[in-house]
Amino acid sequence: MASIKRRLFQARDHFGCRSISMLQDMVLHDETMLGALMSYLTVQVSELFRDPAYFRAIREKVVPHLKTYPSLKVWIAGCSTGEELYSFAILFREEGLEERTLFYATDINQESLRKAEAGVYDLDRMRLFTENHRLSGGKTSLSDYYTAAYGAATFDKSLRRHVVFSDHSLVTDAVFAETQFVSCRNVLIYFNRDLQNRAVALFADSLSRKGFLGLGAKETLRFTEHHDTFDEFAREERLYQKREAA
Amino acid sequence: MSARPRKAVVIGASAGGVEALSAVLPHLPPDHCPVLVVIHLPSNRQSVLADLFRDKCRMKVVEAEDKAPIDAGTIYFAPPDYHLMVETAFTVALSNEAPVWFSRPSIDVLFETAADAYGPGLTGVILTGANEDGAAGLRAVLAQGGRGLIQSPETAYARLMPETALSFCSGATVRPLEHLAAELLKGAA
Repeated sequence: MASIKRRLFQARDHFGCRSISMLQDMVLHDETMLGALMSYLTVQVSELFRDPAYFRAIREKVVPHLKTYPSLKVWIAGCSTGEELYSFAILFREEGLEERTLFYATDINQESLRKAEAGVYDLDRMRLFTENHRLSGGKTSLSDYYTAAYGAATFDKSLRRHVVFSDHSLVTDAVFAETQFVSCRNVLIYFNRDLQNRAVALFADSLSRKGFLGLGAKETLRFTEHHDTFDEFAREERLYQKREAA
Repeated sequence: MSARPRKAVVIGASAGGVEALSAVLPHLPPDHCPVLVVIHLPSNRQSVLADLFRDKCRMKVVEAEDKAPIDAGTIYFAPPDYHLMVETAFTVALSNEAPVWFSRPSIDVLFETAADAYGPGLTGVILTGANEDGAAGLRAVLAQGGRGLIQSPETAYARLMPETALSFCSGATVRPLEHLAAELLKGAA
């Protein structure tokens, strides 16, 4: 894969290795190296309410469906450092769904999960996050959800009351719960077609009948084996709905 | 695979790039080998480029989608805020990796991955720009036996990008903007 190759070469240079096999040797013999390398191999940039149109479509089109369920499970697959999770937690609180919802936030990168659980972001990112939140149709002020101090914004721990953080690999692990919504954005772009097929099969297994799947703005199910399992629910916003008899 | 390598063209542009591309892309015939384009734009996520060029071009114009096969007769634009990459299976891959030269999409990233996939079948084209992105990428294209084409700095809206590419790639061909399309078509036979 082109992307992983690029990042492996970057890691090789960063760790002062002359070759990939030298890097391999370090990983095999130094326990701390795997975590350090993981940070190079996984991509961790995100924003709160990234692609506001996605969240607006969830508010306007998906939430009315979700309100008909007495309890909800939402899976943020590949949650990275938590931006997507907090976006969902805030949106669900605004829409009155939080109390009935359990969020699963999963990632393979332990360091990212720790950051997600801490919920601390650079204060200078808040301007963008606030604008995104507003464009997503936010009904409250984003500043209601964090406290600012020493150049950092710390998100309110009450947002994590309904969240389970967990180490989970879309490549090797199995389905762990029935869910009504899976959001997995800008994760599948790093997978080849075989891995994409496996991950989307997991989502299809996990989703209940007529459950929703959200992908990144430039991702599509069209080139996977599972395009027949889902209907396009909001095409532009990459929201899919699992078919009735899938 | 046949002995003849698969062909493709990659184009990188920055400041003044839309006008420069308008002098090149419309001249390419509908059966031309695939063309992949990175142009630096503010990342406001509004993908207007494909729409802008669709009516002007005889080739099919699309915004690249992840995992799409790369087909002849098609121009692929990198979506704003994603790197555009080529897989060795001749499919498109997108990435959210960190910007290169403050740019995402980055010309270097497209050119380097495309050079890996297409080798001697690839032509890399550097157009106008006020940024050093693309020079290392074009060098990678030439190193894999591909062809390098640079817009002459005198005809560029911003000269830094073609000049940097020139200093990296002495083996590249330099042409004024109005002759670039003809030069591209020479290699398409």
